[in-house]
Order: sequence, then C-alpha cells, then structure tokens
Amino acid sequence: MTRAVLLALLVVARPSTAQGTRELVVNPGGALPTVGMALAQARDGDRIVVRQGVYREPTIVVRHRVTISGDSGAVLDGEGTHAIMVVEANDVTIRGLTFRNTGMSQVEDRAALLVRAARGCRVERNTVRDGFFGIYLQRVTQCVVADNDLLGNAGRQTLGGNGIHVWQSDSVTVTGNVVRGHRDGIYFEFVTMGHVRDNTSASNQRYGLHFMFSDDCVYASNVFRENESGVAVMYTRRVRMEGNRFERNWGAAAYGLLLKDITDSEIRGNSFAENTVGLYLEGANRNLVTGNTFASNGWGLRILANSEANQVTDNTFTGNSFDVGTNSRQNFSTFSGNYWDRYRGYDLDRDGFGDVPHAPVRLFALVVEQTPPALILLRSPVVDLLDFAERVMPMLTPQTLLDARPRMRFPDRTQRGLTGSAESRVTRHESRRP
Amino acid sequence: MNTILKVVRYELRNVVRNRWVIAYALFFLVLTTLLLRLGGSTPRALLSLLNVVVLFIPLVTIVFGTIYWHGSREFTELLLAQPVRRDALFHGLFAGLVLPLSAAFMAGVTLPLLLYGGVARDSLPLLLLMLVAGVALTAVFGALATLIAGIVDDRLRALGVALGTWGLMTLAWDGFILWVTMTFADRPLEQPLLVLTFLNPVDLARVLLILRLDVSAMMGYTGAVFARFLGGWLGTAMAVAGLALWALIPGLFALRAFRRRDL
Amino acid sequence: MISARRIRKRFGRLDVLNGVDLDVARGSVTAIVGPNASGKTTFNRIILGLVRADTGEVTVDGNFIDDDGKYRAKIGYMPQIARYPENLTGRDIMAMLRDVRGPGVVRDEELVDTLRLGPVLDAPLRVLSGGTRQRINAAMAFLFSPDLLILDEPTAGLDPISAGVLKEKIRRERDAGRALIVTSHVLSELDEIADRIAFLLEGSVRFDGSRAELLQATGQSSLERAIASLMGAQPPGPPR
Repeated sequence: MTRAVLLALLVVARPSTAQGTRELVVNPGGALPTVGMALAQARDGDRIVVRQGVYREPTIVVRHRVTISGDSGAVLDGEGTHAIMVVEANDVTIRGLTFRNTGMSQVEDRAALLVRAARGCRVERNTVRDGFFGIYLQRVTQCVVADNDLLGNAGRQTLGGNGIHVWQSDSVTVTGNVVRGHRDGIYFEFVTMGHVRDNTSASNQRYGLHFMFSDDCVYASNVFRENESGVAVMYTRRVRMEGNRFERNWGAAAYGLLLKDITDSEIRGNSFAENTVGLYLEGANRNLVTGNTFASNGWGLRILANSEANQVTDNTFTGNSFDVGTNSRQNFSTFSGNYWDRYRGYDLDRDGFGDVPHAPVRLFALVVEQTPPALILLRSPVVDLLDFAERVMPMLTPQTLLDARPRMRFPDRTQRGLTGSAESRVTRHESRRP
Repeated sequence: MNTILKVVRYELRNVVRNRWVIAYALFFLVLTTLLLRLGGSTPRALLSLLNVVVLFIPLVTIVFGTIYWHGSREFTELLLAQPVRRDALFHGLFAGLVLPLSAAFMAGVTLPLLLYGGVARDSLPLLLLMLVAGVALTAVFGALATLIAGIVDDRLRALGVALGTWGLMTLAWDGFILWVTMTFADRPLEQPLLVLTFLNPVDLARVLLILRLDVSAMMGYTGAVFARFLGGWLGTAMAVAGLALWALIPGLFALRAFRRRDL
Repeated sequence: MISARRIRKRFGRLDVLNGVDLDVARGSVTAIVGPNASGKTTFNRIILGLVRADTGEVTVDGNFIDDDGKYRAKIGYMPQIARYPENLTGRDIMAMLRDVRGPGVVRDEELVDTLRLGPVLDAPLRVLSGGTRQRINAAMAFLFSPDLLILDEPTAGLDPISAGVLKEKIRRERDAGRALIVTSHVLSELDEIADRIAFLLEGSVRFDGSRAELLQATGQSSLERAIASLMGAQPPGPPR
C-alpha cells in the first residue's frame, strides 16, 4: 500500500521516465488536470486513476492499452456539445466513470463512450447520464460491457440514441446493465456470438432490445419492461432467449417480443406479462417456444400464417384477453402440451392431458383481426356468447391450430423446461403465483 | 325536501327489502374478497369486477326496482291520501331504491379493499371509475325500472319487460354493434361506434372502463380515437354525463307517468 | 265545503263518471249510494287526488284541488279495502302518518280506544283479519280531526258493536260541524244517518236530496223500495 502511494507520487513527479505499469492520477487541481493530458503521457499497460471532480475537455481519445478507472464522483462532462470518449486500442478497461451530457446530434451517432475497432475491451460499472448514444461498440471482438447504469435523455426530446449499441462485432458480453430513457435500450446489428444476460432495459423510447442480423446470440435472464414498443428482433438465426421477462409493454404497436424472420431459435422459460402482444411471430420458422408463461397480455401469442414449423409446447397461458391470435385459417405450426386457463375439457384417462384438443383461437379474435374496431366489444357478454357458439359448433376458427394435448393443471416450474441461470430469476418471479 | 327525506327513511326501514339489499352487498363483499385473494388489487385483477358491474348491476337493479315499485303501491296509496306531494313521494321512493343499492355495491367493493390494506396505486383511478360507473348504472337501471313499473301495471308483465330491456341493452345492442362493425368493416367506424356506445348506458360504462385497461392499446388507431375521447378527463366527464342523462330522461318520463297515474 | 262540477272520468273504454255535480256541506253527512261499479269510489278518489278527472273541477273550501296536496291535510280517508305496507304494524303506520302530517295537528285517538285497538296495534298488518284491519282503518281516518271525512263502505266487514261505535262517532263529528261523505252499496244501515242521499248510477247522479225528498220523489214508503224504483225506472226522470 505504502509502496503504491509512493509509486504514484513518483509517477506524477516523473511520469515519462518510469518503467513497467505506472499509475497516472488525474486530479482537478493536480499536475494532470484532464484525462486527455494523462493519456498524452500514457503508454500501453498504464493505469489512469481519475479523482473526484468534473472534467470538461474535448473528446478523449484512448490509443493505448490502458485502464482508466474513476473514483466515486469522477465525472466526464460533454458539455452538451461533443462525444466524451473514444477508445481505439485493444484491451482497454473503462471503469467507474460517470459520463454525462453529450447533447444531441442529427449528423453523427454521438456516444458517451465509443469503442472502435478494438479487441478485449471492458466497460464496467460506469454511469451514463443524458447520453445521446450511451456505450457504442463498433467492430469489436471479445468485449465485456458489465454493470453500467445508463439513463438517456430520450423522450424529453423527439429523437434519442441507443443505450448500448453494438455493431458488426463478435463475442460481446453485455451483462448486469441497467438502461433507461434511450431510443433502444440494447441494440445489436451484425453481431455474432453475443451474450446478453441479467440486464434491465426499461422505459426506453422505442425498443428495450433490438437486434438484426445477429446470429448465434444468447439472451438470458434479462428484464424488458415498459418500453414504448417492447422488444423487436429480426432477420436472425440460431438465437436463444431464456428466462427473460417481458413486462408491461403497452401501446398500439408494443410487443413483449416480436420475432420477425427469426429461424431455428429457442424461446424458453420466459415470462410475458401485461403486454399488448406477448410474443409475435411474423415469418418466423422452425423455432421452439417452450416453457414460457403468457399472463395477462392483450394477445398472449400472435402468430401470422407466414410462420412455419414452429413448435409451441409446454407453455402456460393465463388471463390473456386473447391467448392466440392469427390472421388466417391456415396454420403451419405445432401446439402441444400447453396449459390454457380457458380449456374446458376433461381427462378421463388421467394422464394429466385433456382428452379433447383445445382450440386456442377465439372466434372473436378472428373478428378483431379483420375488424379491429370490434374490440370495443371486449368483455361484452355478446362476445362470450359468440365464443361459446363457436366452441359448440366450430365453423370459422382455424381447425388446424389445435393443441392436441392441453395440460390439465398449471405446471410447476420443473415441467417448464427451465435450465441454468434462467431458472432462478424466473422462479423468483413465478413464486408469487398461487 | 322534508317529505322526501321522510319517505327515504321509511323505505330504509323496510325490513324485507333490506334483506335483499344486504344479500346484494354480501355478494359484492364475497366476490371482491375472492378476487383480492386470487389476484391482488392490480388493474387486471379488478377486471373480473368489471363484468359484474356491467352485467349484474343492471340485472339486479332493474328486476329489484320493478318489484320495488310494485311493492310500493300500498305505501304510495296510503301517503297520497295524506298532504304529500306526488313528486316529493316519487323522489323519496326513487332515492329509497337507488341509495341502498348503490351503498350496498360500494360497501361490498370497498370494505374488502380496506381490510386488504388498500389498493395498488395504479388501480386507484380504475377503482374510482368503477365505483362511479356502478352507481351510475344503478341510477340508470333504477330509472328504467321506475319507468317500466309506472307504465306496465301488471307485475309479471312488468318483470318481463324489465328483463327484456336488460337483454336488449346488454346483449342485443352489442350484437347490433358487432353486426355494424362487420358489415361496414371497410369504412371508418370510429365515430359511428362512439355514437353507438353513447346510445347504450351499459356500453358506455363498459367502454369507459376497458379503455383504462387493455383495450386502447390493443385497438390501435380506433383505440387512439376512443382513448383520446373517453380516456381523458373531458371524455370521462362526458361519459359520466351521458350516463346521468340516461338516468335523467327515463326518470323524468317516469315522474310524468307517476304524476298522471290513477291509483 | 266541497263542490264538484261536471266530473268525467273514463278508464279505457269504460265511462265511470259521466258529468257528476255534487256539493258537500259542513255539518252534514252525505251518503253516496249506488250499485257496484257506479263510480262511488272513483268519485272519492278524485276528491283525494288519487285519481285524475278527465274534465270537470273540484274545489275544497273554494280552492281548486292541485298537485300540491296540502288541502289533503283537511281530509281523513277510510278506503274500502285498506292496503298498507304489510310488514309494518298499525302503530308504525300511525306514527308515520303523524310524521307526515307534521306537528301541531290535533289528534283524535278516541276510536283507538273505543274500537279496542290497543292489543292489535303492535302486530304486523299482514297477520290481522279483515275486520281488524278495517277497524284500524277507521281509527286512522279520524286520527287527525279532519274537516272532511271520506268513508268508503265503512261498516263493511265490521262487527255490529264496532259498526255501532263508528256510527256514533260519525254522528258526533257531524254535530261538531264536520263534513262527511259516506259511500255505500244500494242498501246500508248508514243511510239512516245520512242527511242527504246522492244516488249514483252508471256514472251520473240520478237523485240528490234528503231522505224524505227521496221517498216523496219516488212515491215509495221505504228507502229500499225508493232506490229499487230508481234503479228499475229507466229513465227515472230528472229528480232535481
């Protein structure tokens, strides 16, 4: 300890002559009053400590393999006019800093922290306030973005930037972050082998999570809550989404999770609660949707007829205005072993599955599909009458969209195929149920 | 005014009727307690109450109300041979019908909530609106019952007309709306639907409530039109005014009938 | 005290009253006599405002009867068939009427005693016999010392002792200067105490005058025959 302090003093006194790992201390009243000045003297392997204080300086460019770590209260201020930090070197760690106030830009993707064409970066425990874009990774590999807290300025203005934005990168881990008030909370485009885990993305202006063309990524145990449009993911193969919570995404075009042109993916053990549409499948093929909970959504699951060969198994549907909606009498997906709270069948052979198939698409759901204004009749007794008549004498609802093995009982969690870390979080959520 | 209060007091003392009203209150008490046990006080859990408010309150009020007025014949005759104004007696009897039913409904819903320890914060506006809608529907169907009992002398026929009116407003009218939406699906329907909604007190109350829940989001553009109109405070006030009108107009006709009636 | 002019009333297609004129003075008993459905009860109820006349006018002490109903403070009414809220007791109803009439009204509970009502006043009305209800009914009509008493078939269903008590009461009230209207079937013991007899048939007054005048006009020796002759003689000729 004493040696470290001594070393630090030496470094400050004679920064350019020391050998090996040095520590440069940035201090408002000290020899290095700005981060930029410290970086100008830094060499690969150096450690820069930013003491408490507000630093107003031009965009900081990191060109060496350094660790910049902020003391509590170390604030980098973009003064509403410029990006705050750009990292262009490999193996850089940015830790514990507060970035604030980048201002807006119509011409550039101005970010509080931009990592460009680098490998092995770590961005940890930082705070970003009023960033246009928050943390922006561009052509990086093997980077970790962990435990950051981002609160954007979107919503107050018309246009916001994304919270954690990753573009054309590989093997990026985004974990434990909290993102609010941005355009999209977490944005992936052309990313492969990404891991997005344990994040909370809430109250964003558009999507909580938005990715496209990002194959082989895993999204687990995240919470996506109260985003204007929920979560939308597109044009991607081999995605795994496990144990996430999609909650309270209400709005005319809000989805718990929208899958558009997603193929060969797994949606497992997630919870969809109180969304306009829980899970929406459009042109989504060969996906496995299993062990999820759909509770109190407008539509639990909406599946368009251009989605094929999906398997919807072992999910639970409770308290949704419509459990399943579709735009056609055709159906090319399989439903099996789900629990439907509307199921009124019996189980004479006592194998736990109803003996008569369940048709989860209500007639009224079809009416609404064709004539959305008819929704004002929701919860009118006429609608119940209509559905009853259709159940007794099915004529219009798609007879191929049937669950041949509807579960009789609300399944406990072991039956819902949860695995690994996904389980603990979902369990916590589910334990409140009777 | 004095006479009205006296009449209300006599009506409140009427033991047999009170038994009905108490049963009615108990029904809401049990129902609300069950709902709270099962689903908590979130807006979604309150949803099941909505069906009851929209379906059950009109039914009970119109049936009970028709029986009430027929059962009040003797009382009416007795009092009208006294120095009592007809309209004062009418107002007293009307209040004697609507007040206990409204009170039973409100007590049945709010007592369990208080015992449960209040409501979820985002449920409060919905709950208040639901109480308002329930009371308004009680007034509306109380007025309709009054009108029916005032026009149809025969007790059984009056009950038949009452049930028919209820069916018309809860089922037939919605069937008509459904037919309209499906027939004119390719035309702009928002405004006609808004008008059709205002033409039926049950729909007015229902739409007012579901707009606070899920529907406005689910309806997309139409929902936006409705939500803008009925979701705001002005729209809510207009809907409540609409409901008040629905109580006032049949009530005034009933009063006219009551004034001219030969006993 | 009461003056009725050209009273007409139809119920549906049925002409119940067809231009009735009748005056009732203080200090007299007017018997309105007539067969069933001759309009006696309807006439009474028009005076009370329970039934609205189609045309014609009624004044009470010179004032037209109106919606206000205040004039009814001067009237005591004993309906033919008393219909009360069934689960109330006689005492409840008397208390209620007192309440409605307001304070400061002279009360006359004589009949409560003389008709021996004390023991039955606390039973719900629905358990009481027709006669007992009729006695309560009579007591209530006199309860507030009204200037005008309208008694519809008052002795029907009463035992002879009670009927006697009631007749005695009627006489005394007349002597105290009150006006009384008593309706009865064609024949009734009450005709004896009537100062004036109005004979109502098919909606109009066929005879209006004293008992002696009636006998004289019909040339009959008994009231019974006189009335029978009025009913049989179609038309009886203008009696007035």
